[in-house]
Amino acid sequence: MNPPVATPFFFYLLAGIMIVGGIAVITRKNAVHSALALITTLLAQAGLYLMLYAPFVAGVQIILYAGGIMVLFLFVIMLISIERTQKERQFNKQWIVGIAAAATLGVLLIGVYTTTSQGHTLFIEGRMSYAESQNTQSIATLLFDRFGGTYMFAFEIASLLLLVAIIGAVVMAKKRI
Amino acid sequence: MNTLLQIGTLHYIVLGAALFLLGVIGVLTRRNVIIVLMSIELILNAVNLNLVAFSRYWQSIHGPAALHGQVFAIFVITDAAAEAAIGLGILIAFFRNKETVNVDEVNLLKW
Amino acid sequence: MHDLIQYIESYLSSDRTPGAAGNFFWAFVYILLVFLGLSVAVIAMNWLERKILAHMQVRLGPMRVGPHGLLQPIADAIKLLLKEDIIPAEADATIFWIAPFIVVLAAFTVFVVVPFGPTHAITDMNIGILFMLGVSSLSVLGVVMAGWASNSHYPLIGALRSSAQMVSYEVAMGLAVVSAIMMTSLNAEGQGTLSMIGIVQAQQEQGIWFIFKFFPLGVIAFVIFAIAMVAETNRAPFDLPEAESELTAGFHTEYSGFRWSLFFLAEYSAMIAVSSIAVTLWLGGWLRPFPNALTGDTWNLVFSLVPGATFLFLAAMCFYSTVRMPKHPLFRIQTIGLAGFGVVLALIGLVMFLPLVRERVQDIFWFSAKVAGFMYLYIWYRGTFPRYRFDQLMKVGWKVLLPTGLALLIVTAFVEMRTQVWAEVIIPMWLGIVDLLRRIF
Repeated sequence: MNPPVATPFFFYLLAGIMIVGGIAVITRKNAVHSALALITTLLAQAGLYLMLYAPFVAGVQIILYAGGIMVLFLFVIMLISIERTQKERQFNKQWIVGIAAAATLGVLLIGVYTTTSQGHTLFIEGRMSYAESQNTQSIATLLFDRFGGTYMFAFEIASLLLLVAIIGAVVMAKKRI
Repeated sequence: MNTLLQIGTLHYIVLGAALFLLGVIGVLTRRNVIIVLMSIELILNAVNLNLVAFSRYWQSIHGPAALHGQVFAIFVITDAAAEAAIGLGILIAFFRNKETVNVDEVNLLKW
Repeated sequence: MHDLIQYIESYLSSDRTPGAAGNFFWAFVYILLVFLGLSVAVIAMNWLERKILAHMQVRLGPMRVGPHGLLQPIADAIKLLLKEDIIPAEADATIFWIAPFIVVLAAFTVFVVVPFGPTHAITDMNIGILFMLGVSSLSVLGVVMAGWASNSHYPLIGALRSSAQMVSYEVAMGLAVVSAIMMTSLNAEGQGTLSMIGIVQAQQEQGIWFIFKFFPLGVIAFVIFAIAMVAETNRAPFDLPEAESELTAGFHTEYSGFRWSLFFLAEYSAMIAVSSIAVTLWLGGWLRPFPNALTGDTWNLVFSLVPGATFLFLAAMCFYSTVRMPKHPLFRIQTIGLAGFGVVLALIGLVMFLPLVRERVQDIFWFSAKVAGFMYLYIWYRGTFPRYRFDQLMKVGWKVLLPTGLALLIVTAFVEMRTQVWAEVIIPMWLGIVDLLRRIF
């Protein structure tokens, strides 16, 4: 069993990076700066997954999200980035309504988390730490077990979804001849 | 002070909620379509953080192999990849027709 | 003092990596050692590349700076550090500044899980190989940003081509890696493993290096990975995006001085990193040749004398070239320098004959020797093959390596499965499909 090391320090560091990155994503004028901030957020989130004893999800996050989706975003930004967007205003016409809706959501969330039913914390975390040496194998058991694991059907549907996405992206983005 | 120092499930959920809020603000207020799509990715990430935090909580109750939240998070990441690809494809097609990436100018159906 | 020695001893002969033991101090020491070793390796690679390439082209290479050009990398480093730092006029300064750091970060973080021995890794993650592939794919981001931030068309085209090439060959690499991982599932617990140390231990338990397993399948997977890894690191013959006669050095055209040296450092570290993956997955990692066929104390002794013998051989070559140096008074310093270098190598070789050092150094030596073999292959490819044109490059990546990788994956899975009982797998699979159909309709 590996004892967790300096957990609050790393949690607050990574959480701080994520919040700062998130604010940078929604407030920068330059789309490439936003994309960079999002990459930082995603990598910090992978660190948080490692703290939650989920190494496989952290690995998938780094490979797919930070190394795949963000590269796609950067390519598209480079393809269609026009100088004029950086000099205009960056908030759209309905920003007041948007902020009001988000504020309502924020109040709702704060309300849920502060007025709890009994006592102080909403969820009491079990203090046991599980060995992560079997994490990938356990996920594989859930997905691929011998008589049809719990998520086998979802896995096949996900592969079909990816096929549809590939065909859709190719059709949408190719040049009209 | 103890609740601040002893990191439990609640901390991760509050962080997820904060990120979700940031993503919602981004979607509702930005003009540039690409940044709106990136805010959607931020929302999906907040959801994933929630799922994995709950999976850890579930694991502490139901034994070390109860990783349903993590499997769900993997599916959400796969979904996000597919949706980002198609969204960006639509964006490229739209940009080719109208030469702009402004959500304010997508108003051809207005009457 | 005695406690200190005992503390050091306890960690030199421990049974777990510093990451597994949760020990910050030793993890930090290992990180420093890996960083130093990597820097020395990159410097040596610089010298070796120029000398070996020169000898392949029947010329001598750098001979002036030190004896036989041995101090040339240091001269290059000093020049690069003293060069003027130029940023193009309309370039985006933030991104221009960050891009080399992302590439270096991606290239260096990979070494956290590289196993130099059964406990000689900084940490042994459960997802070791996945982590290595994922972090090395972050360097694509750095390349794209470097090209875009230079605000000039040659770097932009170079960056787009380079990143398209890297992304395409990552797919082929991933498929080859997956077929190697599938071969680990016949180990002791009956489950495969993604951890780097676990993969080498699986090869040790099954008694065969994965390159020789299921005869053509291991070799084909290795060949696919060897080709894809050369393309992944933008080296010859796949170096169109950065060759000087093609695109005037591609995405790092506008970088000079220290920033360029960061790209250069990252390129060589990435080469060493993907070679480590290849060595771990197919060539048995830190295992000495014939770990199971030639066992016994005498063979162990013979193989454990090889590290010392290698260094003594290198020292002998140094002394031979010392004797052949020109006998002119102006060459006196160089001759003395070369003789001194030879003496240092001989001392290291003699130290490696001591029994105490011999056992500890075995794993690291065999791992480094195999990676050095791959480095020589890289230089050999550069000196031999003509460059691929970009469309030929993409054709090879998508139309040759990807279908071969997929077919290999399916055949490996099938061959791996046939070793289990038919009734345990095939019939329950059909029952599962019938059950699934029943649940849908």
